[in-house]
Amino acid sequence: MVRTYALLAWTWTRAAAAYRGSFALMVLLGFVVAAVDVAVILVVFANTTALAGFTRDEVLLLYGAASLSFTLCDMLVGNLDRVSAHIKAGTFDTFLIRPIGAWVQLAADRFNPTRIGRIVQAVLVLGHAVTALGVGWDRGWMIAVMVATGMVIFGSLWTLAGALQFLLTDAPEVVNTFTYGGQQLTQYPLAVYSRELVLGVTYVLPLAFVNWQPGLYVLGRDDPFGTPEALRFLGPVAALVLALAAMAAWRQGVRHYRSTGS
Amino acid sequence: MFGVLRAYVLIALWQARPGLAGYDVADAVTFCFVTQALIGPMQLFGGGLTLPERIRSGDIALDLVRPAPLQLWTLAEDVGRAAYLFAVRSLPPMLLGAALFGIVVPADAGRWAAFAAGFALALVVSFAWRYLIALSVCWLQDDRGVAVLSLVLTTFFSGMMVPLHLFPGRLGDLATSLPWAAMVQLPTDLYLGKASVPETLALQAFWAAALMGFGALATRAVRHKVVIQGG
Repeated sequence: MVRTYALLAWTWTRAAAAYRGSFALMVLLGFVVAAVDVAVILVVFANTTALAGFTRDEVLLLYGAASLSFTLCDMLVGNLDRVSAHIKAGTFDTFLIRPIGAWVQLAADRFNPTRIGRIVQAVLVLGHAVTALGVGWDRGWMIAVMVATGMVIFGSLWTLAGALQFLLTDAPEVVNTFTYGGQQLTQYPLAVYSRELVLGVTYVLPLAFVNWQPGLYVLGRDDPFGTPEALRFLGPVAALVLALAAMAAWRQGVRHYRSTGS
Repeated sequence: MFGVLRAYVLIALWQARPGLAGYDVADAVTFCFVTQALIGPMQLFGGGLTLPERIRSGDIALDLVRPAPLQLWTLAEDVGRAAYLFAVRSLPPMLLGAALFGIVVPADAGRWAAFAAGFALALVVSFAWRYLIALSVCWLQDDRGVAVLSLVLTTFFSGMMVPLHLFPGRLGDLATSLPWAAMVQLPTDLYLGKASVPETLALQAFWAAALMGFGALATRAVRHKVVIQGG
């Protein structure tokens, strides 16, 4: 499965790299677009020293970690949101008759290596925050865990949203609300949001584990909403549960796929 | 949904700095939902115009022989689209914002009139800008690069993400006098009653006239270019 994915991704990468100028420009533009979000954070902190009790570099750490897992995931499986187009056009049939899983093929379909620009941007922000805050290895190890956890959570969301398309057929906006909404939500410390919303993304849709809960551990802070200390370490468990749910949903979706017959 | 998340960030900022930029918390929340409502009609994420495809496919030649000026024809189309988007994309977020947070609604008719005028001018500025971007395809063959450039400039300098008054020092002064401010920040300030009406409308009218003027020049240039290519 991994080998197939890598092979397909490499094919698309070579295709994209055929137009060098365009490739470089797209990488650069991705970087610039992503930088707008950071610019907004910097503008906000030009006016205040703390947002909901968090300093600029602390917010940048949370932003960088969430952004890194989101952009990595966006590059690796982001094309799953095109499933609705394939279902509508009836081209999903071709994915089913090939001898590898439809999920792998869809995730690698039109693999877009130019998104590397956004990933580089996230890495730079995260790197800046880690050095500015002087995060040591004793707590810094959690950053690697949270990026991996975040990737699994976002990937599961994409899969869940894709699975929903089998039911809704033509509603890619649903996907956007899930995935891009999740990205938007995790850009700032959850302390700025209302209690109900944060409880919802902690216990129902585990977006709080992308960067908030493990981030609190890295920063050595208490949760302003008073969730138990143990939650800081439960990210991988939440991600695993969500991934299993997403897998089941995807299977159900594919099983209920009805071709257009054309 | 996205408006709600932005509203919380702005609330947190205004709790840390009450009265920032002359807004109170209610103003800031209103700002958030008014700007969210403007995304649709102003087509802030670009697109809307079918011109780039028509230029690439060569259909533009047909448009140019029609006995109606291309720019005004496209403007009429765009205004119609904006009216539709206003109904489906602007009213729901405003109602949602009002239900969840409560937003400021201008009481006097004068402010509504000023906002209506500012909204109309903003539409023209937004159209004129996107028209120029669309016509650039004639020279660049591909609109993806300029489209992204336009997206960055529009989202950042229109005030869609954070009020332009928050930009520090010179950058703030510069940003509020650029054409993108005329699309979102200025009409929103008119809605909130935070800016002098004649000055704001004059700045918007200036940008509308300037960009439409450039558009007219570009249309003439396109006509020559198409003739050279043989249509």
